[in-house]
Amino acid sequence: MASGALTEPQVHGLLAKRLWFHIVGAFVISLGVAACYKFAVAEPRKKAYTDFHRNYDSMKDFEEMRKAGIFQSTK
Amino acid sequence: MFSRAAWSLVLRNRRHGTRGSHGPGGIARGEGKMPPYTNYYAQRSYPMPDEPFCTELSAEQQALKDKEKGSWTQLSHAEKVALYRLQFHETFAEMNRRSNEWKTVVGCVFFFCGFTALLIWWQHVYVFPEKPITLTDEWKARQLQRILDMKGNPVQGLASCWDYEKKQWKK
Repeated sequence: MASGALTEPQVHGLLAKRLWFHIVGAFVISLGVAACYKFAVAEPRKKAYTDFHRNYDSMKDFEEMRKAGIFQSTK
Repeated sequence: MFSRAAWSLVLRNRRHGTRGSHGPGGIARGEGKMPPYTNYYAQRSYPMPDEPFCTELSAEQQALKDKEKGSWTQLSHAEKVALYRLQFHETFAEMNRRSNEWKTVVGCVFFFCGFTALLIWWQHVYVFPEKPITLTDEWKARQLQRILDMKGNPVQGLASCWDYEKKQWKK
């Protein structure tokens, strides 16, 4: 069973190769997930809050709630 | 399957007084099993048990084992294969072959899920008490109206989906 005709497989540095692959992959995936979260969740949320508060009149809101009758301290 | 390998490992640690690896039935079951059942169980996670597959050898097989003690270059290919089969019973490819067991398992899982569903249905009809008043449709509607009046989560949540001018859900 001489291995003359076949190329020798890699015998050294197997753990290092695996570690490098996984370190790079972990980096890329975690950065990607963080970026996706920022642009899909965090930025839209910030925008929704600024849009809401741009023209928000809290006294008008309060009057609407009072008319709806939900308060116990006032009618 | 795994318990047999673990069992033979346990027995191997207690060398004195034990001979060979037994299956989980123990000695009470009897050592020799009728074919095709054997006490020999190699598996992907435990491929080379310590005891050989064939322990009672015919005269011819014994002669082959004696020949094995000499130089292996004198063994023919067929003899080498015969010696392998005596020791190991199956090749790695044969040992690792797929089976259709998963279909049985999946089928039984679904069957028992369905049976459980029948039991739950029976419970629903004969065991469960009346629904509390807070789960009736009328109460739930009044509850929802109250939450909308209080403007619960007006930025991104429930009240943000309600159109207060038109008194309907936003499209």
